[in-house]
Amino acid sequence: MTMNAALIRAILRIIGASLVSLVFVTIAVFFITAVLPGDVADALLGQAATPDAVAALRHSLNLDKPVLVRFVIWVNGLLHGDFGVSLISRRPVLAMASERLIHSLLLAGVTALFAVPVALVLGTASAIFRNTLFDRAVSLLTLCVVSVPEFLVATLAVFIFSVQLHLLPSLASISDIHSIGSFLASFSMPVTTLACVIVGQMSRMTRAVMIDALGSSWVEMAVLKGASPAHIILRHVIPNVIAPLFNVIALSLSYLLGGVVIVESVFHYPGIASLMVDSVAARDIPLVQICALIFCAAYLFLTTLADIVALLSSQRRHAA
Amino acid sequence: MTVASLTRRWAAIPRIPGALILFWLLLAVIGPLLAPFAPGEVVSRTVFAPISAHHILGTDYLGRDVLTRLLCGTSSTVLLCAAATLLACTGGVFLGMIAALKQGVTDTLLSRFMDGVISIPSLLSALVAVAAFGSSVPVLVLAMSLIYMPGSYRTSRMLALSVARRDFVLAARMRGEKAGYIVLREILPNMTGPVMADVGLRFIYSVRLLSNLSFLGVGLQPPMTDLGSLTRENLLGLVYGAPAVIAPALTIAVLTVGLNLALDSNRREPG
Repeated sequence: MTMNAALIRAILRIIGASLVSLVFVTIAVFFITAVLPGDVADALLGQAATPDAVAALRHSLNLDKPVLVRFVIWVNGLLHGDFGVSLISRRPVLAMASERLIHSLLLAGVTALFAVPVALVLGTASAIFRNTLFDRAVSLLTLCVVSVPEFLVATLAVFIFSVQLHLLPSLASISDIHSIGSFLASFSMPVTTLACVIVGQMSRMTRAVMIDALGSSWVEMAVLKGASPAHIILRHVIPNVIAPLFNVIALSLSYLLGGVVIVESVFHYPGIASLMVDSVAARDIPLVQICALIFCAAYLFLTTLADIVALLSSQRRHAA
Repeated sequence: MTVASLTRRWAAIPRIPGALILFWLLLAVIGPLLAPFAPGEVVSRTVFAPISAHHILGTDYLGRDVLTRLLCGTSSTVLLCAAATLLACTGGVFLGMIAALKQGVTDTLLSRFMDGVISIPSLLSALVAVAAFGSSVPVLVLAMSLIYMPGSYRTSRMLALSVARRDFVLAARMRGEKAGYIVLREILPNMTGPVMADVGLRFIYSVRLLSNLSFLGVGLQPPMTDLGSLTRENLLGLVYGAPAVIAPALTIAVLTVGLNLALDSNRREPG
């Protein structure tokens, strides 16, 4: 009973720490993006603008108020669901971001569906056939994938599948989708690229977890007692790796976010990441802010989940 | 400092990764001097020309010499990332050692701050920084060094904690040595090897980040060029298999994969 209370307290502490991080991130995003650009009004209106017009725009954007006042106004807006309007299209950024977010979640979801089983199988196989040619080849390949920038994987994928093999169109376009066939075709390139990136990360971590489990004292004990390999895998390895593997999955999916930015831009996929890159290039600050907040919240959610699973698994081991 | 302690410190540096980084730094400094043309000069009327005697790596999408641009691009990628890594790791290592030595409130505050920074994905922080301050060289270098400082901090704090528990550090504290002396003379020399391996990793990360940013068009701005922007501007050449796009892409791959392989083999056979 006290054990459970301690566990719940530890989980609450993790959740509390990530809430603190979220607050930190919110403050950081605001102050980094809002302190300097007093010249946003100039930039928007161009050089021909009259000083009166600039002053009026600065007033309507609250740029004439002190930073702390702007921060309070901004946070108050956030709490009431008002995230501001785009400086360029004048549309509410929340609506713009949320329609793009659905596309990104679709991309991430389909990728995870593919990448997670492939990575788990690849990593486990590498661990079982450790130091064989197969393991070395997989290690080299995944090391290459995790070393190079994500756009290189995307460029290579375009080169192989679109230019050389003419198999797939290189542009993903949601509006063109009329049949299941065209859905698969336009979706497959971004998903393939993103999956390559994730599988690289994840199979390396899976291999480490499995090697750890296979080398553990209880597996050694079972081998000494003469247990069959199937018995060892089912009774001793799998129960002990489920929790760390969930940890690996959650961590890998948080890496997926970085890959999403590149992949959406390369394939012109209309997701929230390409919206963010466009808004960075245009310096549309309110749009940058909400995209950054959504990304950080998603990232924190996944890393917190990974932390909690790691905690639970260490508890299990102590209990066992 | 005696000769013996110097050689010991030298021996602790991972050999092959160190040599690789030295090679890339040399190339970054000398490369642009060896370039056959001026980087912005249009020297041919053929765009995406293949390999020839006159243009060893062909021409790019405007008819400029690819070898020249590759040498300049490699130079800016390596130098910018080296500067960012140096800043990140100097800050990270010293703050990490101070946190490990002082512990208590200093440690808690520093660690919380670093946790906060690390809770933002690196590409995202870089994008936010560029949106706010524009993508000039100082902004890119400072942003990258801030982004990679927490990782370096965490590693060195852990290393310093284990060194700080050892007898010679305890003895130095008993002697009443100042914190600066203990950090520089007792702790730092005894974590050189692992710290250097960590520096190599941060360098790879920053090359990835800068290349990604430039590829997205929000990194280094023309007329400056780096390996990411070279790949981006010549992407159309992919259809023709032009060296203009293959050369910078391959250079990034050789740089990052090569260094990571060297660090990996070093991890496997420590010492």
